[in-house]
Amino acid sequence: MSFGVVMLVHTALDRAEQIAKHWAAGGSPVVIHVDKQVSQKRFASFQAAIADCENVSLSQRVKCEWGTWSLVEAAQIASQLLLDKHPDIEHVFLASGSCLPLRPVQELKHFLLRHPTTNFIESVNTHDVTWTVGGLSYERFLLRFPFSWRKHRKLFDLYVELQRALRFSRRIPERIVPHLGSQWWCLTRNTLSKILNDPNRKKYDTYFKKVWIPDESYFQTLVRLHSDDIQSRSLTLSKFDYHGKPYTFYDDHLQLLRRTDCFVARKIWRKADKLYKTFLHEPTDYIKAGEPNAGKIDRIFAKAVERRILGREGLYMQSRFPIHKQYSAKSYDDYSIFEGFSEIFVNFEQWLAQVTGLRVHGHLFAPQKAEFSENKNIFAGNLSSNARLRDYNPSGFLQSLIWNTRGEKQCFQFGPRDNQKISEYLAQDKCAHIYVITGAWAMPLYRTGKDFDDIRKEAAKLQKIEQDHLQILKQKDASAQVSHWSLAEFVEDPLPILQKIIDQVGPRNIRRLSEAPEMHDLTDFDKFLFKLKNKGMDPHLIGEFLPQPMKENPAIQRPYLVSQNAKNI
Amino acid sequence: MKWRLQYRLRLRRKLALWRAFKKRRQLKRIRNRTNNIKKNDVILICTCKDEFKRLPYFLSYYRDLGVNHFLCIDNNSTDDTAKYLKEQPDVSLWHTKASYKKAAFGVHWMNWLARRYCHNHWVLTVDVDEFFIFPFCDTRPIGALTDWLDDTGISSFSAMLIDMYPKEIPEQDSYLEGQNPLEIAQWFDSGNYSIKYNPEYYNLWIQGGPRARVFFKNKPEEAPSLNKIPLVKWHRSYAYMQSTHMLLPRGLNLTYETNGGEKASGALLHAKFLDDFSSKAQNENMRKEHYAGGREYSAYANNINDSNALWSPMSERYINWRQLEILGLLSKGNWA
Repeated sequence: MSFGVVMLVHTALDRAEQIAKHWAAGGSPVVIHVDKQVSQKRFASFQAAIADCENVSLSQRVKCEWGTWSLVEAAQIASQLLLDKHPDIEHVFLASGSCLPLRPVQELKHFLLRHPTTNFIESVNTHDVTWTVGGLSYERFLLRFPFSWRKHRKLFDLYVELQRALRFSRRIPERIVPHLGSQWWCLTRNTLSKILNDPNRKKYDTYFKKVWIPDESYFQTLVRLHSDDIQSRSLTLSKFDYHGKPYTFYDDHLQLLRRTDCFVARKIWRKADKLYKTFLHEPTDYIKAGEPNAGKIDRIFAKAVERRILGREGLYMQSRFPIHKQYSAKSYDDYSIFEGFSEIFVNFEQWLAQVTGLRVHGHLFAPQKAEFSENKNIFAGNLSSNARLRDYNPSGFLQSLIWNTRGEKQCFQFGPRDNQKISEYLAQDKCAHIYVITGAWAMPLYRTGKDFDDIRKEAAKLQKIEQDHLQILKQKDASAQVSHWSLAEFVEDPLPILQKIIDQVGPRNIRRLSEAPEMHDLTDFDKFLFKLKNKGMDPHLIGEFLPQPMKENPAIQRPYLVSQNAKNI
Repeated sequence: MKWRLQYRLRLRRKLALWRAFKKRRQLKRIRNRTNNIKKNDVILICTCKDEFKRLPYFLSYYRDLGVNHFLCIDNNSTDDTAKYLKEQPDVSLWHTKASYKKAAFGVHWMNWLARRYCHNHWVLTVDVDEFFIFPFCDTRPIGALTDWLDDTGISSFSAMLIDMYPKEIPEQDSYLEGQNPLEIAQWFDSGNYSIKYNPEYYNLWIQGGPRARVFFKNKPEEAPSLNKIPLVKWHRSYAYMQSTHMLLPRGLNLTYETNGGEKASGALLHAKFLDDFSSKAQNENMRKEHYAGGREYSAYANNINDSNALWSPMSERYINWRQLEILGLLSKGNWA
């Protein structure tokens, strides 16, 4: 009692010869079907190469095309020949020319001896199938597919659409319950003979000739009619990418393939000499009883699919460049932007860095240069602080910064004095956490003591810029998380607001803030505002400012409100 | 108006092919071994001038990678370049005295050789100071990559230029013949690249790296392009338009994913900054045979003598392709 192998060969005849001889040497007879598209000359030399092997024979040739009935036909012809020629075999193993046995033939023999009546064939009810590419699973059995998917994709798709629109549907023959699965199987002689000698075979064949990719459904469906002893899995390790194309194995997969304990793997790159050499010359005297387990290799290939479909978020590079809006404005990690804080507090950046332990930059988009933390001229990834380089592609600059500092959260200051080109990107980026104290730009103005007319002009300009910036942040489709307070609101009671921000920005379990950082002097700031108003400007972003309590006059503790109309003071 | 643009691009491609055809006479055949090219061979095309010292390592690097045949154009070298190349069994050699600049910086010559000898082959077009790396290049030959690209139906593969530089400017003539230039220039910038999209040709326009950072900081828009598509399954109707930065038909330039995923890509390690760099920069600056009046070289020539070293404490030392993949400079894409 043993098993036989049916090999379907299209290319790489030299490898096929090697594999066939390996099976035969292990005591398993082989029948090879060579694609009729292979030239007569190459076929003849292949024939000559295997002529000296008793156990290897060639079947009648059919012209094979992917996704068509010809592949099933080839398997039928070759299996029939194998069963007829070798009456002693109990299992038939279907393999391709690029399949490579990973374990000695004897081990597979022993494995099959332990399961004498079991059919190993992946056979999944179409309703439960999740892995078909292009969404065609049950429809494979209901529609007609006269056009080649590879050569005439558009026609193929159009015809499918047309049939859907017309609600066309083929009748499925009686007793047939569509199942799908990997085309590489291992069936018992009993089951396979029953399938091949079924009195209804003609009817089934006619039906399946027009099903799409019948090699994934013919045996997988019919086996259900003739056997109850089915293990719905393939003994051939085969991984598929998101296009439904099989992954190829190379020399560097050697250790991985060894650990799978699978009997056969496909596809193997034809020039993977080390794999062929290793697995075809493995010592045959020891018997491993391990069950096949492809789980270990799954992860690597699942990751490749994920990388191809999703990629690394926040990475912009030569082969990942999201253009569409839904993907494009997206940095690698959360970052925080503080607008107005460094204008209010003395050494705010230092304080923030100390409290949260995060990387805190100055005004990254300042007109003269990018103010990197610690006043560096060059930062992670060799980003330059040069303003022209930065402004040449501001969003690219920010994306690079966030990507280059993976693992370390970034914070930076922003304000109306900075380059505003980045606003649009900030608003769209859901990783941006923006905290704005509106009107804080007035504080440095107040401290300058410049000519007041200049100050007024400057104030009007800054307010306009900030207004536009806020508008962008508040757009309907903005995804950034924005919190804002007016200067007046903030100064009134900064501690709870700071506490809230720190809780959001910083790592957990920071101790509670006992005091706010030192604020710039605000005495007479109210008077400054009055003056601005009296000069005809409306600093509405600053809010209703409550003057600081006078230290030398504790009697006037109660704050009073500055009315919008108080123009005559 | 899309069809008008498409038609204009078609004319441009035809024009490029016509120019390539016209310039073919500038190429004088020295050694033609193209009969040795077999089906499925990977072919490399390069133009070189006075590169004798670099050639031995260059050839051995690409032979190890699995390149089967070299088509070389010697642009009137005065050193032993031609003599050396003539003797190599896998090199076909042409010689020209014509202007590099007037041949669109060698593009016409290259398009001609590709059209004539490389139809249906994978072609790698690089300079002598460019070293192609791709995912798994330490364990798989280039044939594995091209077979996989064939299987997946992809016919162009991008590899951005990564400028490599030494930590200290090496002494004149310290680079030895046959030496790996990456032993000297082993540092690079890991994350200061700017990428823009070119809607006309569909290609990405990448700038940045040390050259933009040091030589072009005041006019970043003039910084050299780093996007390259050096590996193409050639068809006789294809044409490179501007060095290997982009091709026509423009579908070949779509080597990136726009929906968030990653396609596979490689890199060209550019070992330009060696011991001979400053003298070369000055020579080339005089010769004005390079792109945009050699503004690149004049920027170098003006800067190289300053203390403008390219190296910074944030520079990264090159280890292997996996490092570049982690840094996000290249990707395995769907290849595993």
